[in-house]
Amino acid sequence: MILVFIETREGKVKKSSLEVLSEGKRRAGDLNTEAHAVLIGHGIEGLAPGVFPFGASKVYVLENTLLSHYSASGFSQALVSLVEEIKPEIILFSASSMGKDLAPRVAAKLGVSLATDCTVTACKAGKLEVTRPIFAGKALATISFKSSPQIASLRPNVFPLLEPGATEGEVVKKDVVIPEDQVKGQVDEILREEGAEMDVTEADVVVSGGRGMKGPENFDLLKELTSIIPHSAVGASRSAVDAEWIDHQHQVGQTGKTVSPNLYMAFGISGAIQHLAGMSSSKFIVAVNKDPEASIFKVADFGIVGDLFQVIPPLKEELKKIISE
Amino acid sequence: MSLLLILIVSFRCEYPKRDKLRKEERVNIYVFVKRVPDTESKIRINHEANTINEEGLNFVLSPYDEYAVEEALRVREAGSGKVTVITVGTEEALTTLKKCLAMGADEAVLLKDETPETYDGLRTAKIIARAMEKKFADHTMLLFGKQSVGADNAQVPSMVAELLGLPQANVATKLKIEGNKGIAHREIEGALEKVSLSLPAVISAQKGLNEPRYETLKGIMAAKKKEIPVVTLADLDLKDEDVAPLLEVIKLESPPQRQAGRVIEGEPEEAAKQMVKFLHEEAKVI
Repeated sequence: MILVFIETREGKVKKSSLEVLSEGKRRAGDLNTEAHAVLIGHGIEGLAPGVFPFGASKVYVLENTLLSHYSASGFSQALVSLVEEIKPEIILFSASSMGKDLAPRVAAKLGVSLATDCTVTACKAGKLEVTRPIFAGKALATISFKSSPQIASLRPNVFPLLEPGATEGEVVKKDVVIPEDQVKGQVDEILREEGAEMDVTEADVVVSGGRGMKGPENFDLLKELTSIIPHSAVGASRSAVDAEWIDHQHQVGQTGKTVSPNLYMAFGISGAIQHLAGMSSSKFIVAVNKDPEASIFKVADFGIVGDLFQVIPPLKEELKKIISE
Repeated sequence: MSLLLILIVSFRCEYPKRDKLRKEERVNIYVFVKRVPDTESKIRINHEANTINEEGLNFVLSPYDEYAVEEALRVREAGSGKVTVITVGTEEALTTLKKCLAMGADEAVLLKDETPETYDGLRTAKIIARAMEKKFADHTMLLFGKQSVGADNAQVPSMVAELLGLPQANVATKLKIEGNKGIAHREIEGALEKVSLSLPAVISAQKGLNEPRYETLKGIMAAKKKEIPVVTLADLDLKDEDVAPLLEVIKLESPPQRQAGRVIEGEPEEAAKQMVKFLHEEAKVI
């Protein structure tokens, strides 16, 4: 059986977890087994119906008041107690912030190794095989596991969701026992930056600006585009971040985030190797740059050589027209 | 002259008191760093050996580790304590440790491991956790970069925390230490999580935590003279089977090359129109 950890934030199931469940279900098909899901928290049983349609035949709900706020120590204890009981062959996480924090803790508790941030999964001779980018995508490593259970986290925005299926299945509720002094490093609160909408790693469309944006105020132009385009987020190159035009959590590239949206729009980004590493796995790339020699054009599906300040206004109008249709 | 003498004497008298205070409040900070190819590097693969071709690569201190070293120095400067920098690797990593000493770290230790890159975070975590238990049991804080630039695993800090039973705060952009308590802000999707920790704890650094300092000439000279003790896996009673990799790299390959598409010039209005037409009709993403 394949067990998928379903992440919840503020009472909602994260889409990236459902992507992982969908992929888990596909691999379960290869292995002639089932995909099960696990929810961890407090007062979360009501979220189970939203999980079934994406491939889980069974949803475990692990509850304890100590789990109402996330902590890697508390969540890993709850999850490992379930794993020891039901003995899955494979455990999958999303390589989200929570997944990247939690999966290694679970792996170490089980004494097994982990593959992080995978972009391909397959089954060979009954075993899981994963491919993960290393050097921010400058190379790809295909990996198999010598320990069991096999554990991997999967990159958000890479794996397609299943066509939603049955909305019902078996819910197995468990009250987990955790000693209070074993819950360490709990999240006290979530601080949301004003106007911080979607993260670049989760967006369908990333609208990015580089040195060619000339100053922090011009990032408003990109925000105008993201306000029109559904599920979009503002990204930036390292030089824009280092110039303090925009916060580093928008940075795409080797010392920022690696993204694979459906569409990456690069404005005034020359395309340094570190930046290309972070966005080359986008499904489509378009670029606007003054310099016809800019490296970004070598990876762009469509490029405009021109002044971004002249291109953005008519681009915005055209996008508005198409999207409102 | 006599005034000067009095001054010196009074300073001398002050000193033992301060020293005593220091010992009580002392934080022992361990920072874990890795030697990696710089981010400019083009990565070439040796297909026969299934490894990265290291020839001609320029190796540096992994960028996120710089934030970890800087934060350790700041915590020490705000109170008192000792900063020890540790790496797991071959003697080639001594250069990386020297850089950290030149930045201002007090001590450096090489956990000598001749095994080539395994991409297995648990293996590294086991070595570090064992070293902390056996040799550095005085730890009050363990700082890491949020991931190495290269393996991109982002596993070792959490695994070490688990193996040592410590709390963790990964991808920290803010850290405040007061007594034996800490508060960290860790970056998540579109927000920050505020995490409370009691020390000892594991913290991994994200860009934005601080602005790493440059080495000073004085620091570089001092670092040159400093002895770097070497601890072997045998010293840690780790046998080959204890640290056998549990992952197998079947294949390393370069990513598929993207083909350059259409590039147009001309009137901004017309160009914008064509781009949107491409996005809507050909790419079908808008």
